[in-house]
Amino acid sequence: MKKSKVVGVGAVSITGLAAFSIVLIVLVIMLDIIIGGHERLTWEFLTQTPTEGMTEGGIFPAIVGTALLVIIMSIAGVPVGTITAIYLTEYASERSILARVIRFAVKTLAGVPAIVFGLFGLGFFIQFVGGGIDKVLTAGATLKWGQPNLLWASMTMALLTLPVVIVSVEEAIKAVPRELREASYALGATRWQTVRKIIIRGSMTGILTGGILAVSRGAGEVAPILFTGGAYFLPRLPSSLSDQFMELGYHIYIMTTQSVDVEATRPIQYATTLVLLLLTFMLNFSAIYLRHRVRASRLR
Amino acid sequence: MNDLNTRVYLPTRAGSLERPETDSSAQGNLPQTKLLSRATLRSPKPSLKKKLRLSEFLAEQIIRAVAFLSLAVICLLFIFVFGEAIPILTGELSPGVATSGTVEHEGPETYGMPADEMTAGPAEAGKAQSLSLETSGHEGEATWGSLTSRTWQPVSAEPKYGLVPLVSGTLRVTVVAVIIAGPIGILAAIFTAVFAPRWAREILKPFIEILAGFPSVVVGFFALITLATVLQDFTGSTYRLNAFVGGLALSLAVIPIVFTVTEDALGNVPKEFTEASLALGASRWQTAFFVILPAATPGVFAALLLGIGRAFGETMIVLMATGNAATFSGNIFESVRTLTATIGAEMAEVVFGETHYSVLFLIGSLLFLFTFTLNAFAEFYVRGKLLKRFQGVSR
Repeated sequence: MKKSKVVGVGAVSITGLAAFSIVLIVLVIMLDIIIGGHERLTWEFLTQTPTEGMTEGGIFPAIVGTALLVIIMSIAGVPVGTITAIYLTEYASERSILARVIRFAVKTLAGVPAIVFGLFGLGFFIQFVGGGIDKVLTAGATLKWGQPNLLWASMTMALLTLPVVIVSVEEAIKAVPRELREASYALGATRWQTVRKIIIRGSMTGILTGGILAVSRGAGEVAPILFTGGAYFLPRLPSSLSDQFMELGYHIYIMTTQSVDVEATRPIQYATTLVLLLLTFMLNFSAIYLRHRVRASRLR
Repeated sequence: MNDLNTRVYLPTRAGSLERPETDSSAQGNLPQTKLLSRATLRSPKPSLKKKLRLSEFLAEQIIRAVAFLSLAVICLLFIFVFGEAIPILTGELSPGVATSGTVEHEGPETYGMPADEMTAGPAEAGKAQSLSLETSGHEGEATWGSLTSRTWQPVSAEPKYGLVPLVSGTLRVTVVAVIIAGPIGILAAIFTAVFAPRWAREILKPFIEILAGFPSVVVGFFALITLATVLQDFTGSTYRLNAFVGGLALSLAVIPIVFTVTEDALGNVPKEFTEASLALGASRWQTAFFVILPAATPGVFAALLLGIGRAFGETMIVLMATGNAATFSGNIFESVRTLTATIGAEMAEVVFGETHYSVLFLIGSLLFLFTFTLNAFAEFYVRGKLLKRFQGVSR
């Protein structure tokens, strides 16, 4: 009896240890980056362009590039994801083969490595679509769209984040009370009217959550833009969709592995990482908060 | 149980009420729509109701078309990623680097081990040496022979596209990551699902979400700057960046997946299991380890599979933390280069349509195929098994 009790305490404490080692790891990483980066993180750092061959100055272009990337990505991705979620929950019946195939496609899409999306962006958007546009517009004389740029990087990122949006909107739609839906049908509203007035309005928070999560994922993902539009250094901000751009995550990667003087720029690297981390934190926390509200409303 | 039943059955009943309507539109029950369009054509002033029906029809078609996009993307992914790799498989490519075969030093290119001789065999090696001018042109091509060789050297006078070291690097990093992340993720999930008091759960869950939300480049940065230094002091290995550092960093990305899926599976184990076990006099930990965990095995298995998929496909962490030297061995304290890191590091510098370009797409296709199979397996086989097990019980 006593022996089993000892084993039991051991078993429970091992699981507890594993759980709290995760908390510890997260705290260590956060502390490491905050300690390394907080001194450099000033207003000037956020609003200046890199100078002296990227060994001095700030990260303003990278911030702007990241913002542009996620904005264009959301404009393309969030509506598509929302509509797909509406189809899956409101139009397709649970058992229809079509809905199941689409569900499987979404799950698969979520599991495809980010770098493969990059390859797809290169092969499809840049070579096929962009190259095609160039051929039609200028008969292939100039290379405008058929090269890495902001638009194709955003599109690639939109595909990458599509599953995030779909899953989160679906959850929100399911949280819309069935009584509301039935009341709407009982009043003679058609399906489309119900979707527009009840479903979309009722799951606005969920759509917002999906958008925020997608932005957070998109801002943190670097692999797809390595060769679809991210630039090492640009003297000026991107002015059109066919320009390349700087991005925070890509900037971190470049500065730590290919900078002129890796050791001397360490504070910049830390501060850039801190900025990216803070950005994703803010986004994730607002998403968690909103989702919490959605769940609470469903329980009521 | 009663509560569960009503929750399960009610939506189905509602669904069956709605089904005739869905079916008529989904299966293209044409008379209705035809009638509608004829009616709209005939009457000069279509009533409000009919207008609504037309917009209804359009809305549904558009929504369905958009929903098919994700399916289309999967198909396009297949077509375009594999399409760029096809020239390799059919051998249609001209050699990427023309006959610059007068370069005669063959020894030092193989990172200190006689990999080339080993694959080619002694007789072949001798021949290659004597015919170096002619063979060099051929080695630019990626034939099956050179793809399975043990040297990855795409940018040299004689490019070699041996995928073996890359696969070996990926495997080493993945194994390290899953061996570390698997137990931690599963144990932590057991703690959260069974033992943890409410306050501990409230602390843990957000931390897991934070860990899952860490951009991979941030984890890579932490591994490259801090973790690698600490580990080198600790283990005293010659290479600062190696497969172990990469794997350890990668485990940070794998833990959230393993944790989430496992916790989900544990939470889905019917309450009766726990209650029966406790009623028979088993203690809480006995129930957790000998009743709940075995019942959720397929889910735990799925969690591990998804974790492997994540580790296999992660790019930035391994690109920054593994040292990126294409080596072939079983040593985890050696620098390695993974499949994903190879694409990430080299794709920006290749010429479109060249052999190197196609080989990188071939690697991408392999990654895609592997993760696709893994996900499909986790989805269908494991979920199906889990479902059968619990349904068999609850009836």
